[in-house]
Amino acid sequence: MSTPTTHRDFRLIDSTLRDGSHAISHQYTEDDVINIVKGLDAAGVEVIEIAHGDGLGGSSFNYGFSKVDEKLLIARACEATTNAEIACLLLPGIGVADDLREVKELGVNVARLAVHCTEADITEQHIKVAKKLEMEAIGFLMMSHMSTPEDLVKQALLMQSYGADTLYIADSAGAMTTEDVRRRVNALVNALEIPVGVHAHNNLSMAVANSIAAYEEGAKNLDGTSAGLGAGAGNCPTEILAAVSTKYGIETGVNPLALMDLAEEIVRPMMPRQQVIDRAGLILGYAGVYGSFLLHSQKAAERYGVSQAEILLELGRRKVVGGQEDMIIDVALELARAHAAQEGQ
Amino acid sequence: MKKMRCAILGSGNIGTDLMFKMLRSDVLDLVALVGIDPESDGLKRAKGLGLLAPHEGPEWVLDPGNNIDMIFDATSAYVHVRNAPKYREAGIVAVDLTPAARGPKVIPAVNLYEHLDSMNVNMVTCGGQATTPIVYAIRRAIDELPYAEMVSTIASLSAGPGTRANIDEFTVTTSAALREIGGANTSKAIIVMNPADPPIMMRNTVFGALPEGSDHDAVIASILEMVEEVAKYVPGYHLKNEPVIEAGPFNTPGGVVPNRVVALLEVEGAGDYLPPYSGNLDIMTAAALRVGEAISIHKSGANA
Repeated sequence: MSTPTTHRDFRLIDSTLRDGSHAISHQYTEDDVINIVKGLDAAGVEVIEIAHGDGLGGSSFNYGFSKVDEKLLIARACEATTNAEIACLLLPGIGVADDLREVKELGVNVARLAVHCTEADITEQHIKVAKKLEMEAIGFLMMSHMSTPEDLVKQALLMQSYGADTLYIADSAGAMTTEDVRRRVNALVNALEIPVGVHAHNNLSMAVANSIAAYEEGAKNLDGTSAGLGAGAGNCPTEILAAVSTKYGIETGVNPLALMDLAEEIVRPMMPRQQVIDRAGLILGYAGVYGSFLLHSQKAAERYGVSQAEILLELGRRKVVGGQEDMIIDVALELARAHAAQEGQ
Repeated sequence: MKKMRCAILGSGNIGTDLMFKMLRSDVLDLVALVGIDPESDGLKRAKGLGLLAPHEGPEWVLDPGNNIDMIFDATSAYVHVRNAPKYREAGIVAVDLTPAARGPKVIPAVNLYEHLDSMNVNMVTCGGQATTPIVYAIRRAIDELPYAEMVSTIASLSAGPGTRANIDEFTVTTSAALREIGGANTSKAIIVMNPADPPIMMRNTVFGALPEGSDHDAVIASILEMVEEVAKYVPGYHLKNEPVIEAGPFNTPGGVVPNRVVALLEVEGAGDYLPPYSGNLDIMTAAALRVGEAISIHKSGANA
């Protein structure tokens, strides 16, 4: 295998150990973390994100309890890495500033502060804490398909004014077309002084194409996960993004073959289900529903004997945002009641 | 019975909404809405309703000439912390609607009568007012509540700049109330803002960890009873669905439990000043009024 080059046309952030956590219902073990971090690090990945899927402090009834305390997993990741930086993600309202202080002590130097794409002002406190801790602060606007390029720019400028070093938009529902991504990235790159990044999901089978389009519009950061492991139909697969980038002549600084080995030999064998675009996954993208609702809605559908597709479509109609997993139970109960009423007639 | 002379401090959304509610009270004598900006909508409305509407802030309240017995502080934690000792010295009871938490936390449906002699009581948070009673109701139906969790979702439009800039205060204070007043061994609080248009009603979900051997029917009956109790002073407080018991196991911070109870609540505001979707603000003002009335009745020597 060749030594990773130093020149990189974009920075690759791998989120297998954070977004991927959704797909395995937050059951990562210390060994999983060590193996994945070593594989990514050896392949030349610059930044590795790790946390509960819903960010620091996400372990809960609402989002699923972690099998192993995320702080322990983060400590193992920090020990296992040689070159890669370890990053975390935090959603204000779920995690608190003290979580950032704790993980900084463990060796985490990058903090992604994630928020629904219209609510940037609730990250001010946390971006400032991250900067005070001398961490890189990345503003992360979720569900950005729900907002216009112009409104995203306004929110991004707020995050820049709080001190964010980088600004990401996340297609958390995997609902964007390539054109949607281009318009948003283009507007952000023109308006911001800080670099822009894109976090893509694959519900419409667009994750890799959207990531390449984002790069062409000037995005300097792209996210992936090994084997696409992640919420909904999964993320932009890191190894495919690396391979496709190479075909385009885009320098990633990572070794695509080493990433393919990691996906095939470490990650796929531990996945409870392969990351496919089945009906529920596609509906998430089609209806614009937060990707991490996938497994929770499957469970609720089984519990209450209602259709998962119906739950997801209703959540889309209600314009539910990330974090409102409790509404899955609400909708399932209402559907069950409506069905019972119909049968009773 | 002599009514206590009351002033509301802070002429923003909460103070103004509380003013409309308090004008209907048979127990409290509201004399002033006190602000700092004579041009504020709240002060103009107060004047229109025949109340005093001074803009000298806490100084006006502390002026002995104004003879105030009780204030409802709807300013900010910072302002409350600075002035709380002065109210105490002046013998003025303070019902604190900020997250300052200088006095004991009060949730009317749970511990209304425990702090009637306190010179300063704190109203926790909107989410704390909505969910602590349910946690308490679960706890009283079982021997031990290893873990409780709440999720509040509020319309983005109803979250003021203070809440937004200090969102950690909400989660930390609310979580503490679930343990200290709700009786859970461990707890977590989550807040989500939803920008949907038209704005959504305030939603609250409570999860309670049910250990082996818990009487599920008793838990549900206790919750239903508590919802009625809260609805006595917050009329728009109701269950969206019957509470349900779900099977785990669940690996909670308080230990592994076989089941959980889920209560899905909605709070529709009374629409006194704020629109009905702002149930989060309405539940604070309704609870503060309930506390103020109880203190007043207690101090006047009548049976509470």
